[in-house]
Amino acid sequence: MRSLAIAAVAVLALTGVADAKTWRVKPGPNAQTDLQSALLSAKPGDAVQLAKGRFALAGGVSLDVDRVVIRGEGADKSILDFTGQTQGAEGLLVTSDGVLLRDFAVENAKGDGIKSKGADQITFRNLRVEWTRGPDTRNGAYGVYPVQSTNVLIEGVVVKGASDAGIYVGQSRNIVVRDSVAMFNVAGIEIENSFNADVYGNTATRNTGGILVFDLPGLPQQGGRDIRVFKNVVSANDTPNFAPKGNIVGTVPTGTGVLVMANRNVHVFENVIGDNGTANVLITAYRDEIKDAAYNPLPRDIVVRANVFGPTGFKPAGDLAALAAAGVTLPDILWDGATTYVAAGAPRAEPVRIDIRDNVRKDKSAVTVLSLGVDIAGGPLTEAQPSATIPPVTPIPEPAPVKLPQR
Amino acid sequence: MRLRARAAAIVAAVIALALAAPLASGKGAGVQTAALLSDDPPQTLQATGLFRDAAAREPSPGVTPYALATALYSDGAIKHRYVYVPAGAPARYDAEEAFDFPVGAVLVKTFAYPLDVRAPEGPQRLLETRLLVRRAEGWAALPYVWNAEGTQARLSPIGATIPVAYTGADGVARTLTWQAPNRNQCKGCHSLNGAFTPIGPKARNLNTDYPYADGAENQLARWTRLGLLADAPPPAAAPRAPALQEAASPVALRARAYLDVNCAHCHRPGGPADTSGLDLRWSQSDPVRYGVEKRPVAAGRASADLEFDIAPGAPDRSILVHRLASTDPGVMMPELGRSLVDDDGLAVIRQWIAEMK
Repeated sequence: MRSLAIAAVAVLALTGVADAKTWRVKPGPNAQTDLQSALLSAKPGDAVQLAKGRFALAGGVSLDVDRVVIRGEGADKSILDFTGQTQGAEGLLVTSDGVLLRDFAVENAKGDGIKSKGADQITFRNLRVEWTRGPDTRNGAYGVYPVQSTNVLIEGVVVKGASDAGIYVGQSRNIVVRDSVAMFNVAGIEIENSFNADVYGNTATRNTGGILVFDLPGLPQQGGRDIRVFKNVVSANDTPNFAPKGNIVGTVPTGTGVLVMANRNVHVFENVIGDNGTANVLITAYRDEIKDAAYNPLPRDIVVRANVFGPTGFKPAGDLAALAAAGVTLPDILWDGATTYVAAGAPRAEPVRIDIRDNVRKDKSAVTVLSLGVDIAGGPLTEAQPSATIPPVTPIPEPAPVKLPQR
Repeated sequence: MRLRARAAAIVAAVIALALAAPLASGKGAGVQTAALLSDDPPQTLQATGLFRDAAAREPSPGVTPYALATALYSDGAIKHRYVYVPAGAPARYDAEEAFDFPVGAVLVKTFAYPLDVRAPEGPQRLLETRLLVRRAEGWAALPYVWNAEGTQARLSPIGATIPVAYTGADGVARTLTWQAPNRNQCKGCHSLNGAFTPIGPKARNLNTDYPYADGAENQLARWTRLGLLADAPPPAAAPRAPALQEAASPVALRARAYLDVNCAHCHRPGGPADTSGLDLRWSQSDPVRYGVEKRPVAAGRASADLEFDIAPGAPDRSILVHRLASTDPGVMMPELGRSLVDDDGLAVIRQWIAEMK
């Protein structure tokens, strides 16, 4: 009797697999309706297959069904083209769990390229998101944009031209960004207000800033922590900042390699970082006024080790240009030196550990380090008391590797 | 050939209608609650039994019209709202959120566009009728899209694009493209902590008189009297948000009421746009949380080089104003549901910010 029940369950399970359906969508005059219909009709386990070609879409499309695969014939072959978009704040929006997006492109979305909100186990694989006119303030903000998501896997993705961040992971946890390329964005890759991220094997080049780890006040999730940035190539980030001014990335100096702002326990190691005209690694407090009493603007427990540095400081930009003009030579690694801050009117101090060791330069010259000695977060750079030594600290344990449940 | 096929389709449709009509909308059949609650809901609005006439303007017994003090701007479309609550199962009053409706309750909203906006009560093009049906597992959205003749509305979860021709306020012939949202887009606004949630029927927006056929009456009082609503205080003790046009009310209250209705379904904790921390609910008292000197987070180019959502005294330097005044899909707010600018709403917001210290 029991074995019969088990057999019945097994048969049901098999039928479940056999029933998984593939919804095939082709470019053409009905592409918008056909694609959105497929995304609405798909059942968990189904696939939506994008044929080769250019899908001219006038409105954003969205998926809210769990465990659906959207796959194309390749990131250069199946193209969702939003050049003529008149409706929707992003190209593709995913709000369901267990979704895999692979092998297609999103071009010229009026807002963000691909956004996932509140999604668990979301995978972005072998995608291309691009604004084809190159860097331009009129481009959308984010290319690949998971927010408030968990178990996020981004791999083999190429993003070009985002007016904020190419790959942006915000207010999420358990994140892997690997083997991806970010070029000609303001920020190449940005991890913001997030917990537990591994960012490795990526190339960030020709952006304004290569890889950013940020934490901002006033958001539902803050206190970013436990982030590893390793084995990336972060080079020649030289595109003049084209972000609209009010945005936080608008403050990123052109020619920044890796930038850590606020956050706790960020490890930057075994990267190749060079040809960034302002600095290879910047470590800074959040510098604006803080009205949020729960926010900590200080970067603390930051490790920068075993990186290979190339030329830097040869074309300083932003606030740091003035510093350079005043005679300060910009180093490989620049820390603002902040250990105190004021949040919602209350002064606070924090034990800050910055651990810098075992880095080398490609040309065998000595790695340069500078603390600006601006003791209070957001303090004026005119009051900098630069020092070329940062006191040694006790070792800071590295976060465990991020493990993702998706295959 | 094509004509013949079309004729055949029309004949088939007429036959189907004739067959369906006596079953679904027999005289006095009333609201088809069981059908509305089933997984296989009525395919036409007529078959829901909510209305006695084909144009959905004469509600069936038990279906009560209502209006909101301030309504979401939808390109100037007119909205006809109705509520149905099963007999003996009143909705529970809530001072803050939408009322807690019982299983079987239906909220109805018909969108129509006046053929001449100078005569909004004149002839109208029916666009869509959206039903929110309270089922045991939660709210379900049933969007019905009207045919061009305004004789039938069919269930259309995929949404629709409807061209509308009308005469503008200046007497000039105009067109607009009406986008009936698809199911996902419905959730884009009607989502709270992951659950589908009604937005409109809140105490503060219903606490106003409605011109019923038998005379004007406060809506909270009438809903209570008819047994649609339980536990409501007398209207004078319930919260009340002013209408946008209510010039006697302080501009700050009118502006906050406008933002509450037009923005706060997303921009609130647990809402679809809670990511930025902006909270535009009527009840939010912290100026930073509702945008005053709040910096943009993920606005991208929509921030237009401006520093703050609201720059006190400077509407032209406020991102909020910039986005309300835009029709660019990558900039405009709300993201969905309009293709035009609400000049009246924008004027109130501008005045509020201009007078802010």
